[in-house]
Amino acid sequence: MSTDRTSPGHGGPAGPAAIGTDTPAGASGPATGAGPRGDTRIHNIGYRGYDGARLGRAYARRSLYTQSLRGSYGLGRSGKSKVLPMILFAVMCLPAAIIVAVAVATDLKDLPLDYTRYAIFTQAVIGLYLAAQAPQSVSRDLRFKTVPLYFSRPIERVDYVLAKYGAMASALFLLTGVPLVILYVGSLLAEMDFAEQTKGFGQGLVSVALLSVLFGGIGLVLAALTPRRGFGVAGVIATLTISYGAVSTLQAIAWGSGSPAAVKWIGLFSPITLIDGVQTAFLGASSSFPGELGPSAGAGVVYLLVVLALVLGSYAVLMRRYRKVGL
Amino acid sequence: MTALDRLSLDIGPGVTGLVGANGAGKSTMIKILLGLSPATEGRASVLGLDVATSGGAIRERVGYMPEHDCLPPDVSATELVVHMARMSGLPPTAARERTADTLRHVGLYEERYRPIGGYSTGMKQRVKLAQALVHDPQLVFLDEPTNGLDPVGRDEMLGLIRRVYTDFGISVLVTSHLLGELERTCDHVVVIDGGTLLRSSSTSDFTQTTTTLAVEVTDTDATPDGTRALVDALTAAGITPHAGTEEGLPGAGHILLIEATGDETYDVVRDTVAGLGLGLVRMEQRRHHIAEVFRPQEAAGAKGPAGGVGPTTAAGTTGATGPSGSAAPGAVGAGTTAQAQHAPRKGGARNEH
Repeated sequence: MSTDRTSPGHGGPAGPAAIGTDTPAGASGPATGAGPRGDTRIHNIGYRGYDGARLGRAYARRSLYTQSLRGSYGLGRSGKSKVLPMILFAVMCLPAAIIVAVAVATDLKDLPLDYTRYAIFTQAVIGLYLAAQAPQSVSRDLRFKTVPLYFSRPIERVDYVLAKYGAMASALFLLTGVPLVILYVGSLLAEMDFAEQTKGFGQGLVSVALLSVLFGGIGLVLAALTPRRGFGVAGVIATLTISYGAVSTLQAIAWGSGSPAAVKWIGLFSPITLIDGVQTAFLGASSSFPGELGPSAGAGVVYLLVVLALVLGSYAVLMRRYRKVGL
Repeated sequence: MTALDRLSLDIGPGVTGLVGANGAGKSTMIKILLGLSPATEGRASVLGLDVATSGGAIRERVGYMPEHDCLPPDVSATELVVHMARMSGLPPTAARERTADTLRHVGLYEERYRPIGGYSTGMKQRVKLAQALVHDPQLVFLDEPTNGLDPVGRDEMLGLIRRVYTDFGISVLVTSHLLGELERTCDHVVVIDGGTLLRSSSTSDFTQTTTTLAVEVTDTDATPDGTRALVDALTAAGITPHAGTEEGLPGAGHILLIEATGDETYDVVRDTVAGLGLGLVRMEQRRHHIAEVFRPQEAAGAKGPAGGVGPTTAAGTTGATGPSGSAAPGAVGAGTTAQAQHAPRKGGARNEH
């Protein structure tokens, strides 16, 4: 019906008359591409309501989690924002791949680097990733005042905080866990002892899971304090490097000045040495403290408690922070 | 700090305007209605749901367009609105379909795939409106949707808001500090000031009493003082111009302000000007600034504190119920309401430009 009326002859003075006669027919069906005048009206199909499912709060929280996790690797964002996280991810995996290649080629009996040591070894990369992505995740919403758009929807403050925290921790877990998977697969390819490797791999995963939750919380708190992305980046880097630098210097001084008992307590004051202490005490890791003076199981409980307190504290600060910015 | 003080109000379906100066409590009211900021006392319900207990259920069925800029510049309108649709609980496929539909309805086409950072203010306002409508709510709260728009953009946005109700069937609560622009868009206008109800009435009441016409004419050789001649002619025709003139504006002293009682006023003015052989420079409807409604309030306040307390209790106890709202508080707070209506005549019209 519509195709035979697409001739361009409808333009000009003849138009109104022609359209006048066509109108009843044109209105009865959703014709497309008719005469030049009738076009706009025919194309304009009216507003359609939505009667489908509304999946509610839990679904919205899940959607926010997925979106934030993808965003942490630049997925669903501009090409430019994929560059840094992807480079850091590659940098994290590269040493593992090299170790595996060497192990397979030279037929080693054991991995030259423990699973639990890998994250300590690559802590600078983890810190950089956190500094880049934590502000991306929360400062943007604050800076562009997008937060009210979320809180005017079914989700509550707790959903927002949990989704963002969960996404950041998951992103860190991917960053630190994938190299361990590479190491594990490599060790099996090199036909190392299966039971021993599986145990080490499991301990490594627990360790990086703890690290991800701890670092994620600290990163998000520092980033959420300021809507300025730059301050967030600087804050995260400063906190991680300064605390680690101070702790390792003090530990070296304590070790050198003949008070080795102080070494393990000083380790409580920086995130990475906290993880080091916990895994030394409970996950069979060898400590990277001076003289390998990591905490024993007793002191390890203190380490664990401090980690838990920091995680819960981060959560509480985030909840408090978003109570203020609500709408 | 008290943002809203004993304000009772009942809003029915349709487009309702909420007018008040900055700090009058408009945004606070929206926050309370969204269940985000609990009122210290009293109660409110939206769509039959109590805001204190069913905030989540309310927010699933209403849309909210914030007053301020709230759009991240590095994502496209489509990405943002799809995400927001999912945050409202729409499944992924439905979210994409509704986003395409909604953006088309608010007038965003090819540009919806470009990052929002490059949009004009008018386009950004449309994106903000789209994200409030994408989940097909039963009611939307629009907080100052015409902020920052030029006159043409304002008119387009107001037309769009009107369509949200007439074509989409979504009721609207829209705030503004400009009474004039809401008069033309809303079925019902509520005026609040300092957290108290000043006035609640259907727009027909408003326009009948507050439409002011500004007329400017040229002088000719035959009538050296065209303005004076027109005043005389109009008075003879039964229309009395306002005594007050506009000051400090282009054409000051030459602009006549006339109360328009209906379409026939326009005809009389046109015929009179033509009869005198004058050139008609302008004949336009003046937009009233909200200050006009507030001015008598100040006058009443000067008489004594009783003037301020009277209407407050009236609003709190009687309540303004639907279309009869103008009558209910008027019974007790009659002084305030009546004076408000006379404001333009007393002080000369102040305009919004």
